[in-house]
Amino acid sequence: MAISFDKALGILPKALVLQDQRSQVLAANLANADTPNFKARDLEFESMLRREIQPNANQRPVRLASTHAGHIRAGNELNGGSLLYRNPNQPSLDGNTVEEQVEQAKYAENALRYQASLRFINGTFSGLSTAIRGEIR
Amino acid sequence: MNPFKIFDISGSGMNAQSLRLNLVASNIANANSISSSIDQTYRSRQPVFAAELRNVMSQQPATSSVKVLGVVEKQSPPIQEYLPNHPMANEDGYIFKPNVNTIEEMANMMAASRSYQNNIEVLNTAKELMLQTLRIGQP
Repeated sequence: MAISFDKALGILPKALVLQDQRSQVLAANLANADTPNFKARDLEFESMLRREIQPNANQRPVRLASTHAGHIRAGNELNGGSLLYRNPNQPSLDGNTVEEQVEQAKYAENALRYQASLRFINGTFSGLSTAIRGEIR
Repeated sequence: MNPFKIFDISGSGMNAQSLRLNLVASNIANANSISSSIDQTYRSRQPVFAAELRNVMSQQPATSSVKVLGVVEKQSPPIQEYLPNHPMANEDGYIFKPNVNTIEEMANMMAASRSYQNNIEVLNTAKELMLQTLRIGQP
């Protein structure tokens, strides 16, 4: 019976990738905090992860077929999920919907989730190495 | 997945904010540069920011970095003052002061430095997370 790293790690690597992508989106929001007409965006993490762990063909969203290499991908789909726009609490006059305190809170939350995933992965690996060595701690 | 992209995004934000800070410095430094004709008077300079969409063609999320479209001069007229004894006065006795509003510029400076700090915080956190990711599996 071979050790399967995929099975051992489960959804954790996928969660890590999603959290990294979300951190990029939130960083872009914060970088564009003073850009006129910029709309803050966010990823809906839970539903995207749920889609990842249910690779059921019926659950996958329907995508537009691109028949040419130059076609722009519709709707900014990524891993079947979508990049949504944030509803601002206090929209500003210049059309910018970034609220720095909200974005900072989300970014901190996302960083913590990332660290949690990392810790789970580390725990899995140390469990695996304990199993491989066969020693009792 | 390119974990280094976040450095590009925050870097572009810091770039834009530092240009804004430079323009504030230029405006405040020239707030009292008077001249004797309307055309030669210094005018308040302001940056124009725009979001630059990246990765539209790829599988990655389309994130936007900040792009500086250019620098515009404030269109309001310079302040005209009647000072016939001033050495810089023109033949009608007027001098012209720049249309720089120092209070506005100070507020601008604070906003720019706060945004710069925000970007630095994002960068630091991203760096920490990457370093921790590199240590995966190490005891």
